[in-house]
Amino acid sequence: MSMHTILSKRSGLVAGLAVGFGLLLAGCQQNPPEATQQNGYRGVALEQVQSPKRLAALAEVNQASEVIPPGDRTGPRAAQAYQNVKVLGDLSETEFTRIMVAMTSWVAPGGVSGSDEGQGCSYCHNLNNMADESKYQYKTARRMLQMTREINSNWTNHVGATGVTCYTCHRGNPIPTQTWFTGAGHPKNLADAGGWIGANNGQNLAGKFVGRASLPADPFTPLIQFAETIRVTGQTALPTGKHEQIAVAERTNALMNHMSESLGVNCTFCHNSRAFGEWKDAPPQRVNAYHGIRMLRDVNANYLAPLNTTYPATKLGPEGDAAKAFCATCHQGVQKPLNGAPMLSDYPELGKPRP
Amino acid sequence: MAMLSFERKYRVRGGTLLGGDLFDFWVGPFYVGMFGVTAAFFSILGTVLIFYSASMQGTFNPWTISIAPPDLKYGLGLAPLAEGGLWQIITICAIGAFVSWMLREVEICRKLGMGYHVPFAFGVAIFAYVTLVVIRPVLLGAWGHGFPYGIFSHLDWVSNVGYQYLNFMYNPAHMIAVTFFFTTTLALSLHGGLVLSAVNPKKGEAVKTPEHENAYFRDFIGYSVGTIGIHRLGLFLALSAGFWSAVCIVISGPFWTQGWPRWWSWWLDLPIWS
Repeated sequence: MSMHTILSKRSGLVAGLAVGFGLLLAGCQQNPPEATQQNGYRGVALEQVQSPKRLAALAEVNQASEVIPPGDRTGPRAAQAYQNVKVLGDLSETEFTRIMVAMTSWVAPGGVSGSDEGQGCSYCHNLNNMADESKYQYKTARRMLQMTREINSNWTNHVGATGVTCYTCHRGNPIPTQTWFTGAGHPKNLADAGGWIGANNGQNLAGKFVGRASLPADPFTPLIQFAETIRVTGQTALPTGKHEQIAVAERTNALMNHMSESLGVNCTFCHNSRAFGEWKDAPPQRVNAYHGIRMLRDVNANYLAPLNTTYPATKLGPEGDAAKAFCATCHQGVQKPLNGAPMLSDYPELGKPRP
Repeated sequence: MAMLSFERKYRVRGGTLLGGDLFDFWVGPFYVGMFGVTAAFFSILGTVLIFYSASMQGTFNPWTISIAPPDLKYGLGLAPLAEGGLWQIITICAIGAFVSWMLREVEICRKLGMGYHVPFAFGVAIFAYVTLVVIRPVLLGAWGHGFPYGIFSHLDWVSNVGYQYLNFMYNPAHMIAVTFFFTTTLALSLHGGLVLSAVNPKKGEAVKTPEHENAYFRDFIGYSVGTIGIHRLGLFLALSAGFWSAVCIVISGPFWTQGWPRWWSWWLDLPIWS
């Protein structure tokens, strides 16, 4: 074989590899450069690497709603002007009407398609008697308003001055698109295996709400609703102390995957993975997340879960529980819901009740 | 220095890539060559700079010395010495030293009339390093994406980069690389065990031949790759491990920014079952 043949064979191989690699890259989700952000000391890899294409797409769907011009704050209070006003009675009549109009566009602009539950005002109200409590949506909306005020006045260590409105979660849907039920998130019912496998703790199934990892698909019931311990990492270098089993740690991992994907950030947004439990090495965002978990526990245990007796059976989950909130409910893929649009300053009526 | 009996025939002139006869000589048993000189230059300069950086850091504890790359804000530009500039120069020195050493190996191969297997294998290791500190940082747009030079600190970097993609075990190229690493050690242990038992027979028995080794593996797994074959296989497995390691890190960030478990959605969403 001549030198020339060997060379041409080799250059053919090199060219083939180059073309193959090029095709591989062309099939990828995005091409560099990426949007990057450094959150720690240089060289420690505490950084966010984002695809600009994805960021743009997320920004597109996370727009705040149009703000209705603020109303006159003076005049008689809604509690006197209308009957059966139990939550927003401290507002002026104009403010009250403005919030009602805003709620209609935030929650039920078109009602539920294919249902006779009504739309606009009639989604919650009996139009013949606006004070009538008979619709379950009416009772739910009242509880939701109490919840919104609770979040805006008592959970400022999570929502800050930005606050929340109905739109933060609802985005024009009667039921927010991102909610969870107990036992939900498994790709298929475990009963499919004839009960033979028993409780497999989500193993070998891609959990819908936990980043599609093979982890417990519903870490929310134990950790968010029932406030079981999340920080289960061992405190000693060797397994000498009292330790949790791996399955319990995987539950925590599953919840963290959910948080991460809901906010569109990676683990290093809140943790230095050198020691996940260490506060002194952790980026400050972890404090915010800590309060977020406590806020969700309050919201789910005191507001959302008890509504199972208010909702019709068709709105309940497979275990007969009400739809509940997790990080994705508000965040919907971005670090700050609606990319940090100041919802509360546009609708201060939803903040702390005025004296 | 005394020469070994067979050493004289290897000490031949020529075969150099650069500089002709310049530095084409030996110091004691060591071939120098143009690339021996450049390797010495880069490694001495790099090491001195590492000690200089350690003195600025204020520690000479080998575990905690850390020469960190620049902040991301410097992009692909030069950073001040104390803020990552030293990392940049040390990186140049490291690549200079590694590549010099590889080319020195090439020259030795040419003198000995052998194939380039050894420098090629070393080249794959250099490629993996260059992927980490040059190719990926350039693709991501900042030298700050390189790893820090420190025993503890580079481990922190590895851990955090892994968690930037939630669970790195789901990275398909990482799966392939890990499989190659384990297969390399499996092949080496099978081969090492075979050779050691063949050349260390029971007292009174003769040393076994390759034919005996072949018979052993034909009995064991129905096939023997042979004496040369096992070394070709070992080289392939080891180089594939290094190559796929480079692939698994270069796709993390430049071509995929979400959690690696999420990447498998294409499989979960195949129209066959979804």
